[in-house]
Amino acid sequence: MARRPRPEPVQQVKQRRDAALNALAGGVPYIQTLGLQFDRRGDELTGILPFKDDLIGNPILPAIHGGVTAAFLEMTAIITLSYQWLWEDVESGAILVEELERGELPRLPKTIDFTVDYLRSGLPRDAYARARVTRSGRRYSSVMVEAWQDNRDRPFAMATAHFLMPRRDG
Amino acid sequence: MAADKAKIARQFIASIPHAQMLGMQIEEIDDGYARIIMPYHARLVGDPQTGVIHGGAVSALMDTCGGAAVMSHPAAPGGTATIDLRIDYMRAATPGDTIVAEARCTHITRNVAFVRATAVDDDKDNPVATATGAFSVEGT
Repeated sequence: MARRPRPEPVQQVKQRRDAALNALAGGVPYIQTLGLQFDRRGDELTGILPFKDDLIGNPILPAIHGGVTAAFLEMTAIITLSYQWLWEDVESGAILVEELERGELPRLPKTIDFTVDYLRSGLPRDAYARARVTRSGRRYSSVMVEAWQDNRDRPFAMATAHFLMPRRDG
Repeated sequence: MAADKAKIARQFIASIPHAQMLGMQIEEIDDGYARIIMPYHARLVGDPQTGVIHGGAVSALMDTCGGAAVMSHPAAPGGTATIDLRIDYMRAATPGDTIVAEARCTHITRNVAFVRATAVDDDKDNPVATATGAFSVEGT
């Protein structure tokens, strides 16, 4: 009877996946400007936008700036898409952890268009977003993304976006 | 009257914390038209390898400019909020260039204002992005 190979140590798995996420999101200045973070559970990513005063777009309400919301959705979409796109290569070892930790990555997808619907005003508190890749093609991909605050079932904004994918072999 | 409206809209836009954070400056705002610029800055960069500004920052500029155009429209009684916004990204903005957004309110009803916007860098003939949006029309 053939023995199954021993599973990888969990630490090694986490290090590799966190390195991939870090390489994608860690070096982007605009992500730091907004204070955006990503939470990773397996291959699922959640964008987190901790509230701060300079995200306000309507000081009277107050409400989060629509542009911040759009950027948050777009960023979550592009990082989720890239992460999924890299996943197999990272898992199979085609992309090495050391390369990722040095920040060596294939090019990111480019946004072709982005349509955002504002469903409610963004309250002055933390927001969360998750994206779903609805089509992952060789040249183009489509992504849906939703953001919510207190209640997952009451999103305050959603968007669909199309991306031009980088070439696989560069 | 129109001048007052433009002044109020200008003050409102200038007081937005996020507009200040991104370094937006109002150039013109009047009669359903707005032009807002956003000078290049390292903290707006989306791709550290090329130094190109992130699309999200351009979205924020277009959204602000669209809202400003609505607020300055003679038929708009007061505030506004974005209902939806679609942005087409034609090309990467040249690193170092100031982004100039222009928005015009093309039609307004009691409840909804329709807006078209364009963003360019130093190469004025080739837009970086265009946008169309619907904004709510809210009472004073």
